[in-house]
Amino acid sequence: MAELLGFPPQVLFGQLLIGLINGSFYALLSLGLAIIFGLLNIINFAHGAQYMLGAFVAWLGLKFLGVNYWVALVLAPLVVAAIGIAIEKTMLRRLYKEDHLYGLLLTFGLALIIEGSFIHFFGVSGQPYSVPAALQGGNNLGFMFLPTYRAWIIVASLVICFGTWYMIERTKLGAYLRAGTENPQLLQAFGINVPLLITLTYGYGVALAAFAGVLAAPIYSVSPVMGSNLLIVVFAVVVIGGMGSISGAIVTGLMMGLIEGLTKVFYPEASTTVIFLVMIIVLLVRPAGLFGKEA
Amino acid sequence: MTTQVLNSSTAGKTMSKTKLSFMILLLVGLVAPYAIYPVFLMKVLCFALFACAFNLMLGYGGLLSFGHAAFLATGGYITGHTIMQWGLTPELGILVGTACSAAMGFVFGKLAIRRQGIYFAMITLALSQLVFFLYVQAPFTGGENGLQGIPRGNLFGLISLEGNLAMYYFVLAVFVIGFSVIYRTIHSPFGQILKAIRENEPRTVSLGYDVDKFKLVAFVISASLAGLAGSTKSLVFQLASLTDAHWHMSGEVILMTLLGGVGTIFGPIVGATTVVTLQNYLSQGPLASWVPVILGLIFVICVLLFRSGIVGEIQKFMKKNFN
Repeated sequence: MAELLGFPPQVLFGQLLIGLINGSFYALLSLGLAIIFGLLNIINFAHGAQYMLGAFVAWLGLKFLGVNYWVALVLAPLVVAAIGIAIEKTMLRRLYKEDHLYGLLLTFGLALIIEGSFIHFFGVSGQPYSVPAALQGGNNLGFMFLPTYRAWIIVASLVICFGTWYMIERTKLGAYLRAGTENPQLLQAFGINVPLLITLTYGYGVALAAFAGVLAAPIYSVSPVMGSNLLIVVFAVVVIGGMGSISGAIVTGLMMGLIEGLTKVFYPEASTTVIFLVMIIVLLVRPAGLFGKEA
Repeated sequence: MTTQVLNSSTAGKTMSKTKLSFMILLLVGLVAPYAIYPVFLMKVLCFALFACAFNLMLGYGGLLSFGHAAFLATGGYITGHTIMQWGLTPELGILVGTACSAAMGFVFGKLAIRRQGIYFAMITLALSQLVFFLYVQAPFTGGENGLQGIPRGNLFGLISLEGNLAMYYFVLAVFVIGFSVIYRTIHSPFGQILKAIRENEPRTVSLGYDVDKFKLVAFVISASLAGLAGSTKSLVFQLASLTDAHWHMSGEVILMTLLGGVGTIFGPIVGATTVVTLQNYLSQGPLASWVPVILGLIFVICVLLFRSGIVGEIQKFMKKNFN
């Protein structure tokens, strides 16, 4: 087959696929961060640790309880969300009156605790998690080979992202959430239980991270440090997109994944840094972020 | 960040108290190496300077930088490189390292002050991660091995710093200079405006101050002193490594400052001493692999229970009972 831009199509499309997969994770994680930030005004630094927890719940469930992948995909987000809700109720709640930076520092401390404990018990090397039987194998599309599981990741995360967008932008519950983001006092005056809404929102954001963790388990090895480095990239993605819009978070996440994939083809040395460079350019040209509203 | 700080302008009494405390600390510093292992003390002093530099931004400007590890590492790498490859004397190596950190601080600052609050923290974190990846790949940093065996050399080409005692007094002098710069910055009109920005940024703008310029200058001073700490540290341990550039280091300096007391003069010194002592003590015992968890726990406890930190709480207590 002819070469595309001087590269064999297998290489180009292969990297674009990996980029799209990474982008799916960026989208899921930055979406969770954006939802939490919208209502709680804090940046959830424990997001990476909660993503890792999701993967570990799936792995531990399979190893000790025989919980299969499909059950884990539902169960792990629920378990991790429950932990998140406990954190919100016992700790984060006390900080809403304080400077928002304290929320960042608290969740940073929690991330250190969670990550450190898992490193103590499981070491930093990854644990394998096999691809479920129904998603093994792949299809030859003519120009590239598409493993089924990778296609599943993209489909699953897009469905979840779209579902979340729909829930927030088109349903009554979403309307409460948006109202709470604008003016929580007024919403409470209308008789809505805002503290409950905040708790559930945090739980949902955390569940998204855990869901991404379970999705990631079969393709990346399950390791205690899988979340922290990813999270910093997601922070850059959030700065690029701006946290003003839900669809913005999703689009930016996917876009950054693709850019990273292309960089791996054309200039591999910069593939770890390209998203940070894009962030610098966006800050210089459009400081509020691509989809940001505030100046 | 809203913290209870004893306002320097309220009374000259506070100033003289601070000076007295500083004199006592200095005396302790002068005799300490005869009682405690000098290398440990030097480590404490380097981290104390690092934390003080960080505190200038968070405590007095309300700017949470999550990327200060980049400045510490840059100081260390540049000093190590210039001494090993160019044969510079220690003081020149440190000056070059500090200057490079200042330049990097200028670039970071220019970018980060375009956003506020939480975004500021995320941008500085992302930028420092960018620097981390650059240092992983750059040939002059020695990758995973770092720069090893950096010679301490002769100060001004005359005084040998190979001995730990001589090195200690040099580090103490560096610390006193760095601390004085911070003290002068805080107790100047510039420092007052910085505090005004922390308390109410829109109002400071309305009074006609170019807020961004003040933030940028504070960022550059803070980055330079963090670089100074890193440069000096690379001489003490004769090593510059990726550990200094990792985001964990940025987290540690936040913890030191928070634990000691954000926005207090001596807080970062107390915090750095506590954290370094704890790390040294724990790393030899059975709890060695729990160190990050313990640091995380202290973080959570500090944020939830005593946000003023050790020095801040003492100040509050003194104010309540003895004023």
